[in-house]
Amino acid sequence: MNFTLKVWRQKNAKDKGHFETYKVSNISPDTSFLEMMDILNDQLIREGNDPVALNKGCHNSGPIAFDHDCREGICGMCSLYINGRAHGPDEDITTCQLHMRKFKDGETITIEPWRSAGFPVIKDLVVNRGAFDQILQAGGFVSVNTGQAQDANAIPVAKAAADESMDAASCVGCGACVATCKNGSAMLFVAARVSSLALLPQGKIEGARRAKAMVAKMDELGFGACTNTQACEMECPKNISVSHIARLNREFLCAKLKD
Amino acid sequence: MDQKLVSKIPQGPLADKWTEHKAHIRVVSPANKRKLEIIVIGTGLGGASAAAALGELGYNVKIFCISDSPRRAHSIAAQGGINAAKNYQNDNDSIYRLFYDTIKGGDYRSREANVYRLAEVSNLIIDQCVAQGVPFARDYGGLLDNRSFGGAQVSRTFYARGQTGQQLLLGAYASLNRQIAKGSVKSYPRHEMLDLVMIDGEAKGIIARNLVTGELERHGAHAVVIASGGYGNVFFLSTNAMNSNGSAAWQCYKKGAFFGNPCFAQIHPTCIPVHGDQQSKLTLMSESLRNDGRIWVPKKKEDVERLRTRKVKASQIPEEDRDYYLERRYPAFGNLVPRDVASRAAKERCDAGFGVNETGLAVFLDFSTAIQRLGRDVIEQRYGNLFQMYEKITDVNPYEEPMMIYPAIHYTMGGLWVDYNLQTTVPGLYAIGEANFSDHGGNRLGASALMQGLADGYFILPYTIGDYLAGKIQVPKTDINHPAFAEAEKSIQEKIEKLLAVKGTQPVDYYHKKLGQLMWNKVGMAREKAGLESAIEEIQVLKKEFWKDVYVPGTNAEFNTELEKAIRLADYFEIGELMARDALNRNESCGGHFRVEMQTEEGETKRDDENYMYVSAWEYKGENQVPELHKEPLNFEFVQVATRNYKD
Repeated sequence: MNFTLKVWRQKNAKDKGHFETYKVSNISPDTSFLEMMDILNDQLIREGNDPVALNKGCHNSGPIAFDHDCREGICGMCSLYINGRAHGPDEDITTCQLHMRKFKDGETITIEPWRSAGFPVIKDLVVNRGAFDQILQAGGFVSVNTGQAQDANAIPVAKAAADESMDAASCVGCGACVATCKNGSAMLFVAARVSSLALLPQGKIEGARRAKAMVAKMDELGFGACTNTQACEMECPKNISVSHIARLNREFLCAKLKD
Repeated sequence: MDQKLVSKIPQGPLADKWTEHKAHIRVVSPANKRKLEIIVIGTGLGGASAAAALGELGYNVKIFCISDSPRRAHSIAAQGGINAAKNYQNDNDSIYRLFYDTIKGGDYRSREANVYRLAEVSNLIIDQCVAQGVPFARDYGGLLDNRSFGGAQVSRTFYARGQTGQQLLLGAYASLNRQIAKGSVKSYPRHEMLDLVMIDGEAKGIIARNLVTGELERHGAHAVVIASGGYGNVFFLSTNAMNSNGSAAWQCYKKGAFFGNPCFAQIHPTCIPVHGDQQSKLTLMSESLRNDGRIWVPKKKEDVERLRTRKVKASQIPEEDRDYYLERRYPAFGNLVPRDVASRAAKERCDAGFGVNETGLAVFLDFSTAIQRLGRDVIEQRYGNLFQMYEKITDVNPYEEPMMIYPAIHYTMGGLWVDYNLQTTVPGLYAIGEANFSDHGGNRLGASALMQGLADGYFILPYTIGDYLAGKIQVPKTDINHPAFAEAEKSIQEKIEKLLAVKGTQPVDYYHKKLGQLMWNKVGMAREKAGLESAIEEIQVLKKEFWKDVYVPGTNAEFNTELEKAIRLADYFEIGELMARDALNRNESCGGHFRVEMQTEEGETKRDDENYMYVSAWEYKGENQVPELHKEPLNFEFVQVATRNYKD
């Protein structure tokens, strides 16, 4: 398969950035999207090192920087806005699990970084998601020191609650929800953590404090408000439901009423 | 006993060793903890749990990771579960049984005392994780559920769907975040440790590179903890994350820490087979699938041919023409034999010409029997995310056709040599989790890596490091203007400049792929003398070529992925060479280390207890010098050493 790629290039946080167009050919449909990026980078590295090509005026900004790590859809490191969709056209996966068989031969593919006030670009397609860490530091934990725990089976937890908690806990913190939201809101991310812990007796105790602290931190870091468009759920690679946002709102309201 | 290897294993009965040891080691008062600084490298289960626990105790901790957030560490990708000796299933499990299974699974090449301690603290881990809000799978009565894993005849594996590593890591990361918020831990994401700084023979700090700006930074401490994982990416293709690497541990080796059992690498039997030559990594399919999946190849060669040419589908091959070779060879454990055994059996069938895909390097993992017995819904509930992942990658629906799998490099049992306190041969330098060598011997059992990472981080290191630090309460903060820091920084600077100055013709990955292929062919699943000898030479040649001909674009003063990869690959050549050297020295087959010369008539591993019942610990002797081998004898006082038997 052959593709034309329009890729966002940006030297650093201060650079304005622009699109550059590249071509890749002879790509197997079984190649993953990031392997295709590897092939393109190999091409760019070799061209950038080829005096003949450079003499002919071939412009080359070097290999494209993009975040990736586990390449099996769980670490949440990969991102990419592909043809206007977070993690590309396939459903319920991260970019690293996207394969070229999902594209048409000869297609032009546009690749951009997450775009959001909360995630400034570091270089090319790499953004800074440090704000997510800060939100979780504000309250996304149970206050228990190591060694204080009682026997794991001492408090039974209804299977349905544990399952729903697990649904929320499968968030990989990739940021697709923020990138997709027209307001740049991090509500789904915050809700997933708040809801996952609120559903368990161990996390319930600090529920109110947690909800308030995490929402306040999210607002402080410049993420937008939630206007219930539900776009985040559509693009979430782990299918996190917006019903968790409803639970977050409940926790938050209860906390505020008690104040 | 080698003078340089003091394992510090406490005397006394096995079950009392840890309790006795804890009772007698020194502790640091709260007021003094506030004056002491600890550096932790890596934020996986080991690093995150250690940093959190040390922060809770009141130490000043700095934690470093190469990713954009501590939560990305590759522990997150562990799927199947974590072992503990809770005996919640009433199937006669116990601390002793978990200990025994782990020693046997490791083919009698690990320390009894360490493994027993691991089994002993395993139960505390489950309690701790539940208290943190880890949503483990539960039964309708609200109590915790278990599943079985390889090498065990009891159900002792706790799990959170197919994402157990993720949930445990998020638990540890949450505890870490709590300490970061409190100010006891300071986090340095997108930072890579490039050197260990030693002052007067003790570990006193590190040189780290800020991966965004390229700046080299000096960080001092009273002790340094290495929790940076394994070195499986030497092979280029592995189940490790792309950025996982062995460089932090390797710098410690070059500064004097001995490296234990480098040749012990685990090859996981159930990975999605290699396709094409552009592949970047191999994806694991959890061992938990072997609870319900049956592994087979056709009995007849003509069926193999028809499968390869796609004239027939696997589901069309009648039951009587299938060879469920694990059930045939190992009736007692069947599909749940340990990983090394399952991997070799797959290789044996494929080498005999029964591989079921075009490359001839694949076997089936079939769920049809389980789907008939339990229904599709149950299977979907148990493994839904794994089935989805398989389909996304291969475009084949595993509910209808069996999965195709083949072994791949997964984990390294070898690592920095540590004593019972998890301290390396360098005072003040500790290694935990996959980065050390200590608990898994020649083969790690499934669901035991998570157990070890959290055992070391939550419950062992926070005690043992106190014993060392109690002697340092009068020692002032490390001065980063000490000449040792300047010297380490200068040597890193020169190494980076040298790499950038080569300006050769080939990208970094070109050499990494070459090294990987060489390692897989000669230091992989089957190793023999001649192959290992030539591997050592070929690696040296390749390393020279790399330093003469690699092309690293860009500069140091920027976000430069190619430079990061080049620095790591420079170490991989050396790690690969040491692995080959260790494999050559160990003229026996044990666990994942299979020397072709040493096998039984049935193709099983043949240990040589008389000559090799020891941990090999290698000492660095300088650039291009042959390292020195030290031996720590393994004394089995409590278990009877026997040939591993999974047949009856």
